[in-house]
Amino acid sequence: MLTMNKDRLNNLLVPIFSIFLGLIFGALLMLAFGFNPITAYNAMISGVFGSPYFLGEALRAATILTFTGLGFSIAFKAGFFNIGVAGQLLVGWTASIWVALAFPDLPRLMLVTMSIAAAIFAGAVWAGVAGALRAYFGTSEVIVTIMLNYTALHLTNYLILNVLGTGNTTERVSENANLSIGWLTELTAGSRLNVGIFIAMVVVFLYWIFMTKTTAGFEVRAVGLNPHASTYAGMSATKNIILSMLISGGLAGLGGAIHGLGTFGNLFTQSGLPTAGFNGIAVALLGLGNPIGIFFSSILFGVLEIGAGFLPNGAGVPDEMASIVTAAIIFFVGANYIIRFFMNKLNNKKTQAVQEGE
Amino acid sequence: MVQSEKVIEMIGITKKFGEFKANDNIHLDVKKGEIHALLGENGAGKSTLMNMLSGLLTPTSGQIRVNGQDVSISSPNVANDLGIGMVHQHFMLVEKFSVTENIVLGKEEHRFGFMDKDTANKQVQELSDRYGLSVDPKKLVENITVGMQQRVEILKTLYRGADILIFDEPTGVLTPQEIQELMSIMRKLVSEGKSIILITHKLDEIKQVADRCTVIRRGKSIDTVNVRETSQQELADMMVGRSVSFTVDKKPAEPKEAVLKVENLTVKESRGYDAVKNVSFEVKAGEVLGIAGVDGNGQSQLISAITGLMKSASGKITLNGKNITNKKPRMITESGLGHIPEDRHKFGLVLPMTLEENIALQTYYQKPFSNHGFLNYKEIKSYAKKLIEEFDVRTPSEVHSASSLSGGNQQKAIIAREIARDPDFLIAAQPTRGLDVGAIEYIHKRLVEQRDKGRAVLLMSYELDEIMNVSDRIAVMYDGRIIAVVDAKETTEQELGLLMAGVDKNRASAETVTAE
Repeated sequence: MLTMNKDRLNNLLVPIFSIFLGLIFGALLMLAFGFNPITAYNAMISGVFGSPYFLGEALRAATILTFTGLGFSIAFKAGFFNIGVAGQLLVGWTASIWVALAFPDLPRLMLVTMSIAAAIFAGAVWAGVAGALRAYFGTSEVIVTIMLNYTALHLTNYLILNVLGTGNTTERVSENANLSIGWLTELTAGSRLNVGIFIAMVVVFLYWIFMTKTTAGFEVRAVGLNPHASTYAGMSATKNIILSMLISGGLAGLGGAIHGLGTFGNLFTQSGLPTAGFNGIAVALLGLGNPIGIFFSSILFGVLEIGAGFLPNGAGVPDEMASIVTAAIIFFVGANYIIRFFMNKLNNKKTQAVQEGE
Repeated sequence: MVQSEKVIEMIGITKKFGEFKANDNIHLDVKKGEIHALLGENGAGKSTLMNMLSGLLTPTSGQIRVNGQDVSISSPNVANDLGIGMVHQHFMLVEKFSVTENIVLGKEEHRFGFMDKDTANKQVQELSDRYGLSVDPKKLVENITVGMQQRVEILKTLYRGADILIFDEPTGVLTPQEIQELMSIMRKLVSEGKSIILITHKLDEIKQVADRCTVIRRGKSIDTVNVRETSQQELADMMVGRSVSFTVDKKPAEPKEAVLKVENLTVKESRGYDAVKNVSFEVKAGEVLGIAGVDGNGQSQLISAITGLMKSASGKITLNGKNITNKKPRMITESGLGHIPEDRHKFGLVLPMTLEENIALQTYYQKPFSNHGFLNYKEIKSYAKKLIEEFDVRTPSEVHSASSLSGGNQQKAIIAREIARDPDFLIAAQPTRGLDVGAIEYIHKRLVEQRDKGRAVLLMSYELDEIMNVSDRIAVMYDGRIIAVVDAKETTEQELGLLMAGVDKNRASAETVTAE
């Protein structure tokens, strides 16, 4: 579980073990279909790390995942499964582009701040709806956030087609809403890596401060771990449910702004929800809810995402196969629980004993 | 009466978990047709030993013999086949199933794949009659009393052919009268040739019903004694390893003004029925008011309403002159309430959090533990250390999780937290449940100490001894009402027992007098 755990070593072992299993499973799949897994993984790694451009792209992808991962994680800490990160990211994306298009001539710092603020607000509202329904009516946040995902998707598409765009896409935002930094673009040979990565680092730090140093974070953790005892101790479960969902959605919305302004610079109709939303869940689980862990697992996922592109040309592995291999790795990461279960089972008798012995 | 044939022999049993020896060279033998008590404090190793007999654990070394044969009890099924059955402390029953369905569960009589209920009902009825258990096979478990549910558990083991029955702390949830019934059932079982192992830490029960008693302390078997030749004091001293006192030393109470006033309080359960019905009482500064009653007669809901964890439907609660009816828990706490909750795992602690965080659970937002929304862990730590020291909470450190502590130490941590806030009104609900004699002695002392400091104490307990020992006045709850308030010095166990069963006060007093 994503809780403060007794066994640090175990906490590190589990994610490493899941990555390892995923890679092995991917290799077995490739072997079964007659591809050489060593060539394939080699192509992935040398592809990403061999060129500053692709490394930059991998870090850019990691930036978005850091936001969605942290967003998912804070709700999870408070005891909720916010599966609507993707939708919250999308409304954040939409809001940021909308503001950027509406005021193209404002000074850069102001426009970027306004766009990002609008995105955070939109994401927070989207998640807050689910939080409020849960807090006041006990509605399952899983179902509500899934539904809100589709609402976000179709609402965005409607806005593009009828309000914001011409055809399937909007105009590009002005230079004043651009997130790129000259030296960073240059350093990564023209990749779309942008100021978002520094914002992500700051947010990682703030998240850590919030959860471990503030009374509000203390309440979120306590409510998530034991709502009964928290109520007994005078904390408000209602307030903390809503607060954690607002922060969760706000972080996803922030990710949406970085994605919209930084990666694309526009908004276009989508056939499905952004994958960065769902991968954020896997990232949070792999990072075990620890902000630093989430940051590093985001980088891993970014490398996988970009590296998968090298499989067809570098190792003759078709696109579909590449997707299956990355999916297998994600699966094993998600199967974290299963791995933990078996590891616990190994230690089980020991633990049981100690408890009885006391 | 007692034949010399040994049905169970456990010889030199050692069970290690890593380096820790939960059982260290334990010897236990049970003769056919006897009631053999297994006495020990919590954590002494009784459960570990019995788990090896019921196949949940296997010994590291040592030998188990059943009916003279060497056996290796590798799984609960093996134990079952050997005729060993366990009557669990926490009933393992399906509420929505009938008595018969619960008993045959897993061993259903069937004809061509269809359950044969008539045959099953008949079998259960026969067994019940034979051992004088008087259960109604067709009733749903949720509609029968706790005492009857326990008899269903007994029937379950008999139905599976058990000859050796292990009773794990069987009297915790029963009224005194139900305990008497259970005792006579146990006697009936042994007279029919069954053998019984009775796990308990209640000495009077052992004196009443057991033939022999094996005492276990810190994983070692201390001695096996004939119960008739051993006094309760001797048994207690053997169990604890030092001389213990049973009665709480206390001066007469000097009650002053009322700190808590409850007037015409009614509390509705979530399912809509009235759990507390028009209850009124006061708790005065400098006294302990005990609330006695069988589990499930509205005591928990009464306390939840006072502490703000449940809404009251009507009535008024006043604490220190402030109206706290349906106020938020934090406001009530700040008005001077300390609360040792009935369920320490559900309400008392956030188990995965550290001990220091748990000690600051209600005060984290106040100075000096935090400043402008930021926690001051240095202050929290030194406060926690102080309390751990002062209240003798045994823990490796203040940053260990609350879940790593033993039950007694968890309870001490809660008591430390609640008492250290120096509340005018302290509620202690089941404060010693599952704790051993040493810890109970300690907790009772602390409660009386609060009283002597002029605080008002409300003690809710299902244990009559505890209520009678610690309280100054006793309110008995039955079916959501307080049916009598008696003076602790003047009442008797029988009178309370009758009141708890719903007999009205005049009759209860009269019956007690004739009984004497």
